[in-house]
Amino acid sequence: MRVIVWLVEGTWPACVDAARGYARDASEVVLLHVDEPGVAGLAHGAFAGLLGRAGSEPDPERRLVELGGTSAAELLAAAEARLGRPCTRLERVGRVEREVVAAAGDAGLLVLARDGDRSRLGPHSLGRAARFVVDHAPCPVLLVWSEGAPDLRTMPPPPPHP
Amino acid sequence: MIRPRGLPEAVLAVPAAGIVVATGAISLGHARAEAEQLGPVVGFLAAVLVLAHFCDVEGLFHACGAWMARWSGGRPVRLLTAVFALASVITAVLSLDATVVLLTPVVFATAARSGVRAKPHVYACTHLSNTASLLLPVSNLTNLLAFAASGLSFTRFAALMVLPWLVAIGAEYLVFRRFFARDLSSAAPGSEDPGEPPRLPVFALVTVACTLAGFVLASAGGIDPAWAACAGALVLAGRALLRRRATPVTVVKAAAPAFLAFVLALGIVVRAVVDNGLADALGQVLPGGTGLPTLLGIAVLAAVLANIVNNLPAVLVLLPLAAPTGPGAVLAVLLGVNIGPNLTYAGSLATLLWRRIVHQHDHGVDLGEFTRLGLLAVPAALCGAVVALWGALQVVGT
Repeated sequence: MRVIVWLVEGTWPACVDAARGYARDASEVVLLHVDEPGVAGLAHGAFAGLLGRAGSEPDPERRLVELGGTSAAELLAAAEARLGRPCTRLERVGRVEREVVAAAGDAGLLVLARDGDRSRLGPHSLGRAARFVVDHAPCPVLLVWSEGAPDLRTMPPPPPHP
Repeated sequence: MIRPRGLPEAVLAVPAAGIVVATGAISLGHARAEAEQLGPVVGFLAAVLVLAHFCDVEGLFHACGAWMARWSGGRPVRLLTAVFALASVITAVLSLDATVVLLTPVVFATAARSGVRAKPHVYACTHLSNTASLLLPVSNLTNLLAFAASGLSFTRFAALMVLPWLVAIGAEYLVFRRFFARDLSSAAPGSEDPGEPPRLPVFALVTVACTLAGFVLASAGGIDPAWAACAGALVLAGRALLRRRATPVTVVKAAAPAFLAFVLALGIVVRAVVDNGLADALGQVLPGGTGLPTLLGIAVLAAVLANIVNNLPAVLVLLPLAAPTGPGAVLAVLLGVNIGPNLTYAGSLATLLWRRIVHQHDHGVDLGEFTRLGLLAVPAALCGAVVALWGALQVVGT
């Protein structure tokens, strides 16, 4: 079974731990990181707003793209070390949720972490990207809490009977 | 027609200025007056650009990254606070160019190294490069232009703008904490190594501090504060030359001569447009008086115009109209043209069309998200800053 582990800054260790715990029999583990080009694009927009500077000062976008590649490689290296078994590293660039679903095309399991507001349990604990991936994943999904699963007592009381 | 990437805007603006003079769209006297008024501003601008460039050479921005990483310890909210503090101070002292070009890559690298999502922090740099550029005449080219037109001293300008500056930054901070709550809630260890302890760029810090003191002293002594900026720039550039970290060519390049030529040419072109009817048209729209509703009206009009044509032409158009009303109106124009550009990606619709950014799709920016953030942050920061300016005008006076 091919297991895809989608890693995001901030929550990735929980995904690696889940893969280590629940996917021991995997024939192949793929560590996936998707870089959003939009962040470097923000810097480009700010620079473009500085009228008259083109050609006189460097556009910071290029520097951010370079730095993004380096940091993704470092994250994947740290994740591989934490996983402690041979795996494949996969770096993609593009719309995060679509890249993840596309990468999971031939997978037997996709591991991901909640990326929303985890301070209140409920639908908002899934952010936009994770929501899309959960809805469109072409395989079973293992959805983990980055800070450990909540206690059973956190469940809200049942609605009153009519 | 697509503008070749990286071609200086001066290549168009300078011939355009030549054409408006040659065709008589602007009289030679007016063109000369405009150039004489802009000359010192351009010199001031060149000095600030050189100062920021050699602060980078001295390692100031590298040290900023190390400070932010150590202070935040991988906690996203603390990192955001550190980014707000540093970006605000750097924008105010070394101008918005320094924040966009030099600080943003450092912030991105720091976030990535700390295992923190970079987006809120990079957004903070782009927003603060505008919002935090209210404080000093050197913070933004728009301020330098307004400073020359307002007749205010350097210190009085800063005294009137410090409260609007703080209120606008505070409003942005509150909006950011709420808007990016999800991104700021997750943190994972980046590299275990906290990085080498930052080497304090003492020389650069002392030079910048002396330059700031020079602004105050020059202003008190009735000397143009541009000389203080010039002295600071020469000290840092001279040290880099002596240490062979720079050549005369890199010093000239740091002053961005094509950009300076562009500013002069744009000033003449805009003056021609103003002379040929725009002044009459906008003069009827621009409210008169100095009350709070008037200041708010001026600031909103300036913000709207900045979002349509970019804030540099906007301020050139509005200054001659606002200046006769007094410094309050001029500063209200600045609040609008400096905070307003956060509403539109690339600062204005004109820039979007000019650079065909919307059609390229290769920058991958979520324009919906950008605009939603702008729709929350800009009105909050702008209204708060206008009220603060009105209060400062009552207390400090002009």
